[in-house]
Amino acid sequence: MKTRNQLVMAPFIFTLGFFILWEILCLVLNISSFILPAPSTILQAVWEYRSQLTFHAMHTLWMTLSGFSLAVGFGLLLGMVLGSSRLINAGTYPLLVGFNAIPKVAVVPILVFWFGVGWVPPVMTAFLISFFPIVVNVATGIATVEPEMEDVLRALGASKRDIVFKVGVPRAMPYFFGSLKVAITLAYVGSVIGEQNASNVGIGNLLTRASAAFEVPLVWAALLVLAVLGVAMYALTASVEHSVTGWAQRSQMVA
Amino acid sequence: MQSGFFLLMALYGMEPFVELHDVTHVYARAEDSLPAVRSLTLKVNEGEFAAIVGPSGCGKSTLMKLATGLQFPVEGKVIVGGRKVAAPVKLAGMAFQNPTMLPWRTTLDNILLPLEIVEPHRSRLRRHKAEYVAKAEGLLAQVGLKGQGHRFPWQLSGGMQQRVSLCRALIHEPKLLMLDEPFGALDSFTREELWCVMRDLHAAQKVTIVLVTHDLREAAFLADRIFCMSARPGRIVAEREVGFPRPRDLDITYTPEFAALVHELRGHIAQARQAV
Ligand SMILES: Nc1ncnc2c1ncn2[C@@H]1O[C@H](COP(=O)(O)OP(=O)(O)O)[C@@H](O)[C@H]1O
Ligand SMILES: [Mg+2]
Repeated sequence: MKTRNQLVMAPFIFTLGFFILWEILCLVLNISSFILPAPSTILQAVWEYRSQLTFHAMHTLWMTLSGFSLAVGFGLLLGMVLGSSRLINAGTYPLLVGFNAIPKVAVVPILVFWFGVGWVPPVMTAFLISFFPIVVNVATGIATVEPEMEDVLRALGASKRDIVFKVGVPRAMPYFFGSLKVAITLAYVGSVIGEQNASNVGIGNLLTRASAAFEVPLVWAALLVLAVLGVAMYALTASVEHSVTGWAQRSQMVA
Repeated sequence: MQSGFFLLMALYGMEPFVELHDVTHVYARAEDSLPAVRSLTLKVNEGEFAAIVGPSGCGKSTLMKLATGLQFPVEGKVIVGGRKVAAPVKLAGMAFQNPTMLPWRTTLDNILLPLEIVEPHRSRLRRHKAEYVAKAEGLLAQVGLKGQGHRFPWQLSGGMQQRVSLCRALIHEPKLLMLDEPFGALDSFTREELWCVMRDLHAAQKVTIVLVTHDLREAAFLADRIFCMSARPGRIVAEREVGFPRPRDLDITYTPEFAALVHELRGHIAQARQAV
């Protein structure tokens, strides 16, 4: 019982310890707040700029979730197609991998040519950067249905569609929800990159402006807000994963 | 005169149900394009319990796939239920060494899965759910798993999962039951228990059964007819009718006649292995 409590408490204690250590180092080594502000200074800045930070954070959150939702819809569809057809899978794989290899920062200028500065580039960047892991995971889940299971169903006269929807898709769900954790983090990176280069609002844009004006505490405050928001979104998707695919954690199917 | 003869055969259930005539099969993706089976001929009568024994890799699973229309031979003819097989046969139940339960479904819903595929059940299932659930529960009771339907497969032992897999193979009352080493992964006590389950299911359902196994005692205890296969490329090297009266008790496995039969089968297999 005691070790269980310790396990629950450990993340909080280590996080707190990390910031206390940071604070002490800044004090002891007398580091200039221009190089590395102490956590207390950053918190002060967060409080000072709270309304600005909240406004931009909400915008970033909105951009991220929009791009992420697009990625989920598109990723599920494409994953289902790739998972059920070996031909399409083999044919499009090099294209997909090549597309995924392009750093998405390089795509933002093109998005600006097409859509101008505004909300579209961050959403599109978030979408483009995050759909790939969803596609790969869903396709893998569907394509790796046990051959015996497939034989059982085909010997009953099941169509490819029956097999995909009765076995493939449910089977791919743990893979799908697992990929959401990765995808939300990527979408977040994407929307911030988009905002930094092609938007007038959002934490990304705030970062760009604050660093151009050498407002160091504001930059750090924005980073802290980014981190907290990222952890919150990750935790939310992880808890959704946990509650939806409980069977996969107990059966040995997905390690 | 001749029609009278066929009528007699039908009455006694002696009509051939599964026939393979001079079948050769090469897998499309075989690297060496060596056939998996060559010139394979066999006949299993309706209602019969047939066993196929042979060394590993000789094409036993291939034979199953050919007989159910999951693979098509490059040469020869496969006839099931009087019709040439040109598509998956739609009336077969199958069970494998790996029980392949769907972990997100309860045991009961796993058993009902074939009904979601096979007509006429497919369109009746929703409205007559209670009737089908009762049937599944009846099957569960028959294999010694009364009242376990609500549990998930991963809450069951390997032997229990294999029993469920048999129920799933039988729920739609198939005319043909194909078992590919279904008891291969079980300990010997569980295996013998399941032999008895299988024996009783066969007696109750009058289904034609083809059992692939590498356990000669299993074949001798369960089957009416045993086929021995040669090493790859597989063909039938010996066919043996088993005359032990039914219902058989596990005790017969300790009689000299049983030992002699197993010994004889062993001889065929040893010869088949040496032939390569
Ligand atoms: N899908 C496949 N593609 C290519 N070769 C296969 C395939 N399935 C089986 N084989 C080959 O065919 C032969 C017979 O296989 P199988 O019927 O599974 O044997 P058994 O069930 O008797 O152990 C083996 O040599 C195996 O390597
Ligand atoms: Mg096999």
